[in-house]
Amino acid sequence: MLEQEDKILEVRQLQTHFFTDEGISKAVDGVDFVLHKGETLGIVGESGCGKSITSMSILRLIDSPPGKIVGGEVVFKGENLLSKSEATMRKIRGNEISMIFQEPMTSLNPVFSVGEQIAEVFRVHQNMGRKEAWKKAVEMLKLVGIPSPEERAKQEPHELSGGMRQRVMIAMALSCNPEILIADEPTTALDVTIQAQILELMKTLQNELGMGVIMITHDLGVVSETCDRVAVMYAGKVVEYATADDLFDQPKHPYTIGLMNSLPRMDIDQESLQAIPGNVPSPYNMPNGCRFAPRCPHAKGICHDAIPELRNTDDGSQVRCWMYTPEWEDHSDITKAGVK
Amino acid sequence: MKTEVIDEKIQSPIRNKVKKEKWRSFYLRLQKNKLALVGGIIVLFYMLLALTASLIAPHDPYEIDLLNKLQQPSMEHWLGTDDKGRDVLSRLLYGAQLSLGVGFASLFLGAFFGIILGIVAGYYGKWIDTIIMRFIDILLAFPGILLALAIVAALGSSLINVTIAVGIFTIPVFARIVRGSTLSVKKLEYIDAVRSLGANDITIIFKHILPNILSPIIVQGTLRLATVILTTSALSFLGLGAQPPLPEWGAMLSNGRDFLFSAPYLTIFPGLAIATLVLGFNLFGDGLRDALDPRLKK
Amino acid sequence: MFVYIIRRFLQTIPVLLGVIFVVFLIMKLVPGDPAVLIAGEGATEETIETIRNDLGLNDPLLVQYFSYLKDIVQGDFGESIRSNRPVFDEIMVRLPITMELALISILFSIVLGMIAGILSATKPNSIADITIMLLALIGVSFPSFWIGLMLIFYFSVQLQIFPVAGWDSWMHIVLPSITLGAMGAAIIARMTRSSMLDVIRQDYIRTARAKGLKNRVIIYKHGLKNAIIPVITVIGLQFGVLLGGAVITETVFAINGLGRLIVDSIYARDLPMIQGTVLTASVIFVIVNLIVDTLYRYFNKRIELD
Repeated sequence: MLEQEDKILEVRQLQTHFFTDEGISKAVDGVDFVLHKGETLGIVGESGCGKSITSMSILRLIDSPPGKIVGGEVVFKGENLLSKSEATMRKIRGNEISMIFQEPMTSLNPVFSVGEQIAEVFRVHQNMGRKEAWKKAVEMLKLVGIPSPEERAKQEPHELSGGMRQRVMIAMALSCNPEILIADEPTTALDVTIQAQILELMKTLQNELGMGVIMITHDLGVVSETCDRVAVMYAGKVVEYATADDLFDQPKHPYTIGLMNSLPRMDIDQESLQAIPGNVPSPYNMPNGCRFAPRCPHAKGICHDAIPELRNTDDGSQVRCWMYTPEWEDHSDITKAGVK
Repeated sequence: MKTEVIDEKIQSPIRNKVKKEKWRSFYLRLQKNKLALVGGIIVLFYMLLALTASLIAPHDPYEIDLLNKLQQPSMEHWLGTDDKGRDVLSRLLYGAQLSLGVGFASLFLGAFFGIILGIVAGYYGKWIDTIIMRFIDILLAFPGILLALAIVAALGSSLINVTIAVGIFTIPVFARIVRGSTLSVKKLEYIDAVRSLGANDITIIFKHILPNILSPIIVQGTLRLATVILTTSALSFLGLGAQPPLPEWGAMLSNGRDFLFSAPYLTIFPGLAIATLVLGFNLFGDGLRDALDPRLKK
Repeated sequence: MFVYIIRRFLQTIPVLLGVIFVVFLIMKLVPGDPAVLIAGEGATEETIETIRNDLGLNDPLLVQYFSYLKDIVQGDFGESIRSNRPVFDEIMVRLPITMELALISILFSIVLGMIAGILSATKPNSIADITIMLLALIGVSFPSFWIGLMLIFYFSVQLQIFPVAGWDSWMHIVLPSITLGAMGAAIIARMTRSSMLDVIRQDYIRTARAKGLKNRVIIYKHGLKNAIIPVITVIGLQFGVLLGGAVITETVFAINGLGRLIVDSIYARDLPMIQGTVLTASVIFVIVNLIVDTLYRYFNKRIELD
């Protein structure tokens, strides 16, 4: 199994809230997970579940106001990033922890050449001169498989295709050989064929460079292809945390099961695809009990009354659901407040 | 007959409800904006002064009293008297009538022709659009106030000619905005639906396009009033607008300028009057814009 | 780029022809007969008729326009009724003064407006932002002739720092430039702020932050170069407003530039001079717009593809 010292990032009870005119939105509300060296951790969930906010919180990129990290710890190499100064954070961003984003179309600055945008990372983090940094930028473009990198480096983002731009983003993120790469929906905006190429590239580079990857996605297909371990998020909380194999073999949380059922599968016969009924709760008005209870086919009284803890199960994965607790059998269908 | 049928189909109760809620949320947003409220109050205040000038003015604004000329502000003459002994406050009050009157008149003149040109250009497109927009480009090629200045030069110096000149000066602004809005409304599917039901161009323009482009027109109109008032008073300041003894603010300021050393209040007060009125329209216009089009806000 | 400039230049030709036509037409509207004006009072009907024939006033309108156009293209703007000197020569004496005033004023507008706008945008809703935006609102609302007179009253009469009028030393330039540039500065500040706020929300700014760049670099390198694009257009338009505004500023500060020449010609009903001056100012504005559009194109290469 993985040793303790392999652990490079641990997120504990992370809470990021947004303070707006409409009220407080608890976008991330007590999230825990661990990333080990060379491992790929998937964070999966529907849009608005807080997965992107979680990833932005790790690098402290939340716009404040209105956002604020109100609690928890992000421990990177034994130190809590949330208590670091902004100057220290700048040395970590793009250097030890890098990030790539969903929209390669808009994530690159339109008025600078792509070479310049990559070279900037070398100049900032490795104190290189312009010429040297440019040379390294061209090397990076070559590394991510861009043909004739010398010419491409001089081009501006609008002259490149979406897949090319995402390659540029990856080159930029990996310039300083980071220990962690956070990829926020890196393939969502791309064509299917390009998606596969980009994922393949990321895998190859991960093996080559040995970094840990946090893959933020809503796409279970991406998860099954790339992730070692998965955290499923729902409404600001992790509801299931397991190895990818366990998750796909034996999904436990009703939400995870719902997600699986909404996917077409090759290996079993499905009568039909089922969408999860109901809607994600409003972040301003969360249910008191389990946040999935209003949409859950199994929910009973206790589910509406109290939030379950994230508990270990027999096979080593974790799930946040009353169904897997001793209390489950004790409760009838009656809530404290009355009939459901 | 045809139009009635169309109206019934388009203006369902749901549409009316949506409309009502739209206005309500607009009103709430406007109310939230304190600066816009201040602007609205300033504008209303000046309008009230203009309407009641003959009742509240302490003196006859034209009465010459050479014995009491260039008096400092006092209990008798709150804002002093000018070089002919006329009461400055009374003249300012009557001047509000002129400034607002000329302002609104030139705005309506410019808006009227600008909206027609804009709608025709946007709705019919093709060569009509090209001709109209080239004409607008030509008007816009005159830097700033110079177009109005040239027109006044041709027509002669008077307040009415200033109204016409500033009106023409205002046409391009409306024509451009209305053309743009018309183009985007024209693309909406329901315009095609209305047309397929047999509505003619006039019906479509007046019943369906004009109401939809009203909000940019109102916002632009309010903001443009500020510019119009600045421009008319500037022309009068140059001696090309209101002629003596009319108590137009720009003209009063120009007259007071000769006494800048001995009686600075003759320059200060008319200037303040113009400045605050224009500020009021700007504040209110900004607020309207933010409330009508929340996307533009910050 | 070169093709674009050529194409854009060719587009300005019909606009210029139109401008000349409008100026020509406006002056045709002038009540009174220019021939009578030139001949002076008490001239005989025959003399007037001769002058009318000499000036081509009896020709059809279009013929008159084309002969006017021909003269203009050759740099012949006619003779001033007031001074009997060639209009073109007199304009060339006055123009440098106005250009100097306009350029200094627009520079003042750009520097002050952009700095204020950036300051505002970096700390939205702070006290500094609110103060700057209120000042900007005042800048767009206060009439320039009043600002000018108040500046004279305070700095020239009360404090006696700057001269009241004239155009001899740099001391003479300060107050008129502030007067003329105030509105531009306010408008540029407002535009810079909103454009900057728009840019700061963009994805590539998030990327720049994730790269570990300093806030200063993010704002001035990654933000400003994008935010400046819409501001360029405003600066171009503002230059036109400023050329028009020179009429007022030069009157207030008694500067013998083109603006004052226009006003004086209007007082004197000096038609050829009015035509010549208005036309000159418009041609300069059209040229400035051409430059601004080219700059816009340079900064915003994306539009070539879109």
